[in-house]
Amino acid sequence: MSSGILRYGAYVPHWRLRREAIGATLGSSAGRGTRSVASYDEDTTTLAVEAARIALHGWSGPVDEVLLATTSPAYQDKTNATAVAAALNLGSDLFSGDVVGAVRSGVAAFRSGAATEGTSLVTTADIRTGRPGSADEASGGDAAAAFLLGEGEVLAEQLASVSRSAEFLDRWRVPGATHSQVWEERFGENQYVPLAVEALSAALERAGVGVDDLDRVAVGGLHTRANAAFARRAGVARPQLSGLGAQVGNAGAAQAWLELADWLDSASPGAVAAVVVLADGVDVLVVRATEALTRNRSPRPIARQLAATRDDLSYATFLTWRGMLEREAPRRPSPDRPAAPPSERAVAWKFGFTASTCECGQRHLPPQQVCVTCGAVDRMRPESLRENRGHVATFTVDHLAYSLSPPTLSCIVDLDGGGRFASELTDADVDQLAVGTRVEMTFRRLWTTDGVHNYFWKGRPVAELGEDH
Amino acid sequence: MASRGIKDQVAIVGMGCTPFGERWDASLADMLVDAATQAYTSAGVTKDEVDAYWLGTMNSGWSGMTLATALKTDFRPVTRVENFCATGSEAFRNACYAVASGAYDMAMAIGGEKLKDTGYSGLVRANPAHDGTTSTMGGPARFSLLVPAYADKYGVSRDELRRVMTRIAWKNHYNGARNPLAAFRSEVSPETIEASPKIAGDLGIYDCSGVSDGAAAAIIVRAEDAYRYTDHPIFVKALAFVAGSGRGSLDQSYDYTTFEECARSAQDAYAQAGVINPREEISMAEVHDCFTPTEMVLMEDLGFSEPGQAWRDVLDGAFDLDGVVPINTDGGLKSFGHPIGASGLRMMYECWLQLRGEAPAERQIELTGRGYGMTHNLGGMPGECVSFVSIVGRDLG
Repeated sequence: MSSGILRYGAYVPHWRLRREAIGATLGSSAGRGTRSVASYDEDTTTLAVEAARIALHGWSGPVDEVLLATTSPAYQDKTNATAVAAALNLGSDLFSGDVVGAVRSGVAAFRSGAATEGTSLVTTADIRTGRPGSADEASGGDAAAAFLLGEGEVLAEQLASVSRSAEFLDRWRVPGATHSQVWEERFGENQYVPLAVEALSAALERAGVGVDDLDRVAVGGLHTRANAAFARRAGVARPQLSGLGAQVGNAGAAQAWLELADWLDSASPGAVAAVVVLADGVDVLVVRATEALTRNRSPRPIARQLAATRDDLSYATFLTWRGMLEREAPRRPSPDRPAAPPSERAVAWKFGFTASTCECGQRHLPPQQVCVTCGAVDRMRPESLRENRGHVATFTVDHLAYSLSPPTLSCIVDLDGGGRFASELTDADVDQLAVGTRVEMTFRRLWTTDGVHNYFWKGRPVAELGEDH
Repeated sequence: MASRGIKDQVAIVGMGCTPFGERWDASLADMLVDAATQAYTSAGVTKDEVDAYWLGTMNSGWSGMTLATALKTDFRPVTRVENFCATGSEAFRNACYAVASGAYDMAMAIGGEKLKDTGYSGLVRANPAHDGTTSTMGGPARFSLLVPAYADKYGVSRDELRRVMTRIAWKNHYNGARNPLAAFRSEVSPETIEASPKIAGDLGIYDCSGVSDGAAAAIIVRAEDAYRYTDHPIFVKALAFVAGSGRGSLDQSYDYTTFEECARSAQDAYAQAGVINPREEISMAEVHDCFTPTEMVLMEDLGFSEPGQAWRDVLDGAFDLDGVVPINTDGGLKSFGHPIGASGLRMMYECWLQLRGEAPAERQIELTGRGYGMTHNLGGMPGECVSFVSIVGRDLG
């Protein structure tokens, strides 16, 4: 038995912003390509849940730990990984914790998870932007990746791990600030590149492979210029690098792990990759794919997710979603904040989408004590329906409901195998609303009132991802 | 399940109704006093003769004190009731039972609502603390769900249904233009209705009832005492009320083309009143036209149209002022708006006028059938709602 990656999955949001759209609005050049954009109802916690759902697809073994790494946690003081664990119905018999704040948090979580006894679900998620017109805005990206680490039939094994720590000022953000600050980039480049070249060399020596043997070098870190210079200096050829940046952008603490997941989506058994993260030092991880990879690949490869995304998000919408453009709200009161005690009582429903199913077969969403069909009292069993699909029974476009992105698309979803759910439809166009449209569930942040995030499930149209379901 | 009803045991002997609308000039207390005073005058009684009160208000005040302090009801019992959009009707139903029981000789049912003071569009309601998982769909969105479902089930195009909804809005505004108490007193052209901005789904502004303030009141006595107060009392034939179990929101068998609660409350009311064929026997009905598709579907649930045929009957003019069963002859919620606590009693006020031949000539209908009037409210949404149906008549027996 060896330790390594048992399962993995990644999630790229439905929306992308063309960098040209930024330039067109601001009258400047913001480069070409696109960046991924978390929707108005997503945050790093919901991104992590989506990636983790993909990673755990078909996994029936235990999960002993859930870690969430991000530079932009949905909450401070309160742990966010508990919501991820609750959304995955993992119960309470596990550890859950956040590793937050720095770009390097992703590495910290991965290292911690790899050292854990039992299985560890390491999720990395980030939402990155900057001031309008900034390089961070154009080059940032929003995405998540999740890895289940542990012993057993691993799909990738760790060959070497090398870290170098360095204290210097390249990028920083004081708590509460919405944007990073950076020193002159030539300084950071000068610090990072030699350190990274040396660390990679040391790691490869330990792994017993050469640079040319690497099928992929997954580079993370927000210093774009240093990342490129490192690759050149280390002798990494262009085909060994991922092309994700042009479409997704740089998803901060999640980026290297997203690229690792992208490699795993198509790597052959025996192939070797290096993860290199340039963030306040350098971390290098060398992994080799095993025969098990062919059986346990992500059911939603990143390339297919990207093919189903939309790249025509308007810049004004992007700014609105990120809270940088305050728009007039409908003349309706903002929704109540969810109250703590009812949310706790309903945690299996609210976070885990767990219905109650009567002995007679009737499903109830939300869970009920008394069966609406046979009238039996307390003859229910819990049944999580988050991975169930359904179809639209009827629908509407609500121009009156409170929303950060009106109008709200709402529908009645009839779930396969029974049960009905009045749902918002997200990541959808009006023309996808029709009786019979296929729908799957997604974990979202419905709204935030008084600083309380209201997490719950919405429907989204089933994209043609070509997976087995 | 027994539902014996109280046919011909009680009668309305006086009513009052304030002008509905944006009553910036009046508080809830002002409107309640206005409606009550009109009702006393209408019945020729003094405040001292009324033994007990039932006040319907959903969100504009709490407890019987809302009325007692406004009207100075002099230590009489005042019960405040709330039952969604059927709140006013619920006040009426319970006041009728109180008189029928013999506990009181004379009771007043009164309802009022002040919606325009909130500063928001549409209804605003304070909810108990909750877990944040309830759908955010508002009223218009909830009722707009009827349209695609009805179109899909009966193979009617949504363009055709658009014409039906337009016809209902046009008809109710036509009637309301003939009512000095209505909030909106102009006819509205089909072109204007169809060009109005969308609120939810296929519903434009003119498919939605308005937001307004208002109050209405009725004085109820035992049937045998009724002619002491008026030569033309209105006798209560049926009072039916249903609260659904929410099955439609949970179970896929519900198809969003009907309100089971409304059909059941209508059946109960017809049984109490001895009505066999409602389309023939009911002379007029005030129904809950909160949104235009609601009125269409109700025509089937209340038995005025066969299932799947209401859209045709609407287009044929069956429910116009001179139709087979005139519906919402006063202009309905479309013209009055929907001050929740007042609406059920405002509907009853129209029955009071029509059955006594006191409606303005331009909208007074010819009473066919048995001279029965009906009021109907539904509160909630398709799939889970309360429904009230009353039947009243001019004559005993």
